[in-house]
Amino acid sequence: MAPTTSPPGDAAGLGKARAAAFVLPALVLIGVFLVFPALWTIYLGLTDYRLTGLAAADPQVVGLDNYTDALTDPRFLTSLWLTVAYVGGSAVIGQAGLGFTLAWILRGRTGPVRRAVEGVVLLSWILPSTVVGFLWFALLDRDDGTLNALLHTPGLAWLLDHPLLSIIVFNVWRGTAFSMMLYSAALENVPPSHLETARLAGAGVPQQLRDVVLPLIRRHVLTNLLLISLWTFNDFTPFVLTGGGPEGRSEILPVYVYNIALKGGELGAGAAVSFLILLINLIFALAYLRLLRGRRKSLTGPPA
Amino acid sequence: MIRHTVGRLAATVLIAVALAFFTLPMLWLASAPFDAGPAITTSVPEFTLRNFAAILDNPYALGSIRNSLIQGGGAAALVVVLAALAAYALSRVRVPGRDVLLYLLLLLSSVVTGTAAMVPIFELATRLDLIDTHLGVILVVSGGLLPAAIFILKDFMDETPTSYEESARVFGASPLQILRHIVVPLVRPGLATIAVWALASVWGGFLFQFILLRDPDKAPGSVILYTLYTEGGAPRLDLISTFSLLYSLPVVAMYLFVSHRYGFRFHGGIKR
Repeated sequence: MAPTTSPPGDAAGLGKARAAAFVLPALVLIGVFLVFPALWTIYLGLTDYRLTGLAAADPQVVGLDNYTDALTDPRFLTSLWLTVAYVGGSAVIGQAGLGFTLAWILRGRTGPVRRAVEGVVLLSWILPSTVVGFLWFALLDRDDGTLNALLHTPGLAWLLDHPLLSIIVFNVWRGTAFSMMLYSAALENVPPSHLETARLAGAGVPQQLRDVVLPLIRRHVLTNLLLISLWTFNDFTPFVLTGGGPEGRSEILPVYVYNIALKGGELGAGAAVSFLILLINLIFALAYLRLLRGRRKSLTGPPA
Repeated sequence: MIRHTVGRLAATVLIAVALAFFTLPMLWLASAPFDAGPAITTSVPEFTLRNFAAILDNPYALGSIRNSLIQGGGAAALVVVLAALAAYALSRVRVPGRDVLLYLLLLLSSVVTGTAAMVPIFELATRLDLIDTHLGVILVVSGGLLPAAIFILKDFMDETPTSYEESARVFGASPLQILRHIVVPLVRPGLATIAVWALASVWGGFLFQFILLRDPDKAPGSVILYTLYTEGGAPRLDLISTFSLLYSLPVVAMYLFVSHRYGFRFHGGIKR
């Protein structure tokens, strides 16, 4: 396509054909190694496929049985509830709250304090997950854990007595970096003069946040909440700390899938639950898109 | 004035608490590897470097770090190149249904990379003859990382001004040249961030590497770490802590390099 004929908004003169060629390699890779396994998982969810035994050799399509089984299984419902608490506590309140607070406090600061805080927060995020698992074992261990030594509470089994709290705090530690960085970037877009004006008009910090900051960074807040909710919802890492126990008290949905599909050998049932997880994630994303679109409309105003 | 002082004080206390909270779990990594008799508790070590000699004697330890470099570096390079191309095209050309497509892929990636798709992924890799190859791990993890990478990079690309591209086009630059010489320098912090993020995810990843690689000579450090147990099944804390430290150093070094050189952030570029 000649550059002069490219439509407005196509600054580089890409044209549809070249744009497609740019997107294609990524799409092929995603198609083969992501979409295809996903479709396969959806199909498996409709069968009685098992890891071993007769159904392993010749799986039969059982329709929606796996879904009705899951939805009436109290263990699934408990797990769903735990997942909601885990996502709400560690992602929405913990990571986003702490991440924003840190970004807010550090905004405008420079020097060693800011570098130290950003350094340790990012380090906790950069360290390999497998290493992090061992670190938290060392911290929370019942007999020799560093935390018990510090708090003078020998023999307190954090992972057994407070499994959900433990994995929530763990995930806040692990994932706050992303929110902090995103909000730091977002706060740079807030003109200091706006905050100054609000302060002179007598607005306290909560009012400044609500009336000046939030409207300006709303898009970032929504993007952040969507991504961290999705990641936390599908996070398998708590498995290395508690394995879902004791007695399923920290069995969030990804761990539940692992336990029934690979430990229990019921691959079909596990795939069905995976699809339910996908549906729940879809609801998150739709709600987010809706909020974002509402914002755009209010910006452009009613059509003239 | 009083409100201001109270605010300052609260901020300082919060910073101190945050520093302690984030540092505490890492102390073990700084003390145990140098301890002659490491236990779980963080303590001032009885200083020794013997643990490092012991880990170097392990036949797979050093090789596994090389494997991690191949797999992590390969995946990071692939993700950055493909995501940059795709994000640029999606940012500049209006395609109907673009946003919906991106969200769907993002959703799929967050679900499929979990345990759910293990069986299909394993079967697929077997049929494509990718078991026990570095390429297999690179392709599988890249497929999972790409949607989020495109999503984040597109944000960067959306915020770069198009006026430079327009003038470059007037002088006859091809789209690929424009991308390489104009857009890439503008979004370099974004590309560097994605590279670090991709490499760090692969570096710590366990599940896919574990099921796709049977040969311990190909296994990355994250898998080898779980082999450092005694025959009775007790963890060899001396080896685990030492190897954990060695295994963490390359990603930390890379992060420091990238953040020093390009800046490390998730959003931005030049305002339109």
